[in-house]
Amino acid sequence: MTFLTYLISGISLGSVYAIIALGYTMVYGIAKMLNFAHGDVIMVGAYIAYCVMSYLGLSPIVSVIAAMIVCTLLGIIIERLAYKPLRSAASLAVLITAIGVSYFLQNSALLIWGSATKIFPTVVAGDGVSLFGGQVRITAVALTTILTCVVIMIALTMFIKMTKIGKAMRAVSEDKGAAQLMGINVNGTISVTFAIGSALAAIAGVLLCSAYPNLMPTTGSLPGIKAFTAAVFGGIGSIPGAMLGGILLGIIEIFAKAYISTQLSDAIVFAVLIIVLLVKPTGLLGKQIHEKV
Amino acid sequence: MKKFNKQNLIKALKGNAGTYLLVIAAYIILQLMSAGDMISSSLEGQLVPICAYVVMAISLNLTVGVLGELSLGHASFMSVGAFTGVITAMSLSGVIPMGGVRLLLAMIVGAIFAAIFGVIVGVPVLRLRGDYLAIVTLAFGEIIKNIINCLYVGIDANGLHLSVTDAESLNMDGGTVILNGPMGAVGINKLSGFTAGFLLVIVCLVVVLNFVNSRSGRAVMAIRDNVIAAESVGINVTRYRLMAFVTSAALAGAAGALYAMNYSTVSAAKFNFNTSILVLVFVVLGGLGNIRGSIIAAAALTILPELLREFSDYRMLVYAIVLIVVMLMANSAGGKRIQLWLGDKFRALFGKFAKRNTAKGE
Repeated sequence: MTFLTYLISGISLGSVYAIIALGYTMVYGIAKMLNFAHGDVIMVGAYIAYCVMSYLGLSPIVSVIAAMIVCTLLGIIIERLAYKPLRSAASLAVLITAIGVSYFLQNSALLIWGSATKIFPTVVAGDGVSLFGGQVRITAVALTTILTCVVIMIALTMFIKMTKIGKAMRAVSEDKGAAQLMGINVNGTISVTFAIGSALAAIAGVLLCSAYPNLMPTTGSLPGIKAFTAAVFGGIGSIPGAMLGGILLGIIEIFAKAYISTQLSDAIVFAVLIIVLLVKPTGLLGKQIHEKV
Repeated sequence: MKKFNKQNLIKALKGNAGTYLLVIAAYIILQLMSAGDMISSSLEGQLVPICAYVVMAISLNLTVGVLGELSLGHASFMSVGAFTGVITAMSLSGVIPMGGVRLLLAMIVGAIFAAIFGVIVGVPVLRLRGDYLAIVTLAFGEIIKNIINCLYVGIDANGLHLSVTDAESLNMDGGTVILNGPMGAVGINKLSGFTAGFLLVIVCLVVVLNFVNSRSGRAVMAIRDNVIAAESVGINVTRYRLMAFVTSAALAGAAGALYAMNYSTVSAAKFNFNTSILVLVFVVLGGLGNIRGSIIAAAALTILPELLREFSDYRMLVYAIVLIVVMLMANSAGGKRIQLWLGDKFRALFGKFAKRNTAKGE
């Protein structure tokens, strides 16, 4: 039964990775850039939620909404100021700018909130669920995380399949130039993508800090890198791939911690990633791109 | 055609001579300044790290600029070189009394081990392309950091002891612990100095510049520009890509040994993803494939946080802003317009001389 407990906590951690990975993968699919500042948007979201709950004393729901609004605005501002001028520049230049933005966010957080670790308050109250006569317990946080992830996935898939903006997003990711000729506002579509990705990052930040309540300016870095790995694992640019990659990564991490070694868990996660990429060089659900001569 | 090639060669040689002169001049000026107590002690402490980062930047430029593949795990080769180098230097402390020789051996061993890791990483990694290759180098970097964090190495009269659990299980009688798990290498004798760093930079320049201007280097650049075309003229793609990658790893290993030997303790966490990124920033800011640019960017950006000391708490924030603004200025349409405008102003001020310089800079 401990196996099942580990599996559930793995899925729960994986759900957080999946939500973050969605932000990476959507931005990559549309703007063809690795947004290294995404992990730090998570951290900002968590801090905003922390402030709203601790200093203003408002309810967790309000704090999540506030974090989402701030992160959405932040995402749009970052995109407008730092990435938009580089739309036609080399991808490495954009990557370095993203790293600059990441440093900027981390150091701003350091100045605003200080380097001391903040303990994130409980967002999800309740005892959770017991199964098999108390042998397997699912905490309320884990349950909420998994449910949130499922809801986000369904909503996002429907948004992209059914709405006009979603259609525009698919068109832009397929061919920017052709999309523009068809009258799609490419810059607007990219902004919307960043907005959605950042709003998801805010949710992920709150969920992450509910499970691991230590909040620091560097909180977002490692989950950011792992979620990026998850996005690549599933095939970067693919939304179902990001979900699958995130959840698998979470499960592998928890199992590695539980059954092999706590210290080496990250090494094991990355080793699995390498093996997957060697067998399937474009990730689990990624598209094979054929090079034209 | 022949004449054209000759001209190109002469141009390249002139550029190389300029790069060597720049490094030698910088070394002489800094030595004179430090002899005359004209540089602050904090800057003096940065001299060896600057040399190490310069070598890191040049070697990464070989992978990113010349080979054209993004590597996000370059610090891991530095890490391998650093720890194998430290172990070598400390195990030989009884045998070879001369610090300089031990440092040299440490750098050579560090370079060899980093090269071996370069082969281990390179063979699978170079099968992949683009962003996937980047993420696998990142993954290898994290794995190496994790493994070194779990390693315990000690030395006593019976030789080296290795353990993966803790320092007690090394089963030594007396002796010293060299590598202490997450604490990293402890009790290092500081052997590195500015002169050693300068010599390593020169060796690195000789290796890289000769490689780039050799038949192999041209093959590597042909692969970067078009793999299929290179393959079709009979270039062994895997062999040349691996050659560039392993050379780059070996130089990073030597830089790691130099860097580690400048401190009394060094932990694996020092050579993490952020360090890899830092070196990548040097390479991109200096210009891809531009060795001299890498040197200047690495030196300038290592000193920059020191120069920004008066901003105290804000200095890393200022650093981030400088980085973003420089990238925007150099790469966006708006930035290009500002550059042109500034160029016009300069031309008006300095006449023909400045005009020639801006034309070169473009």
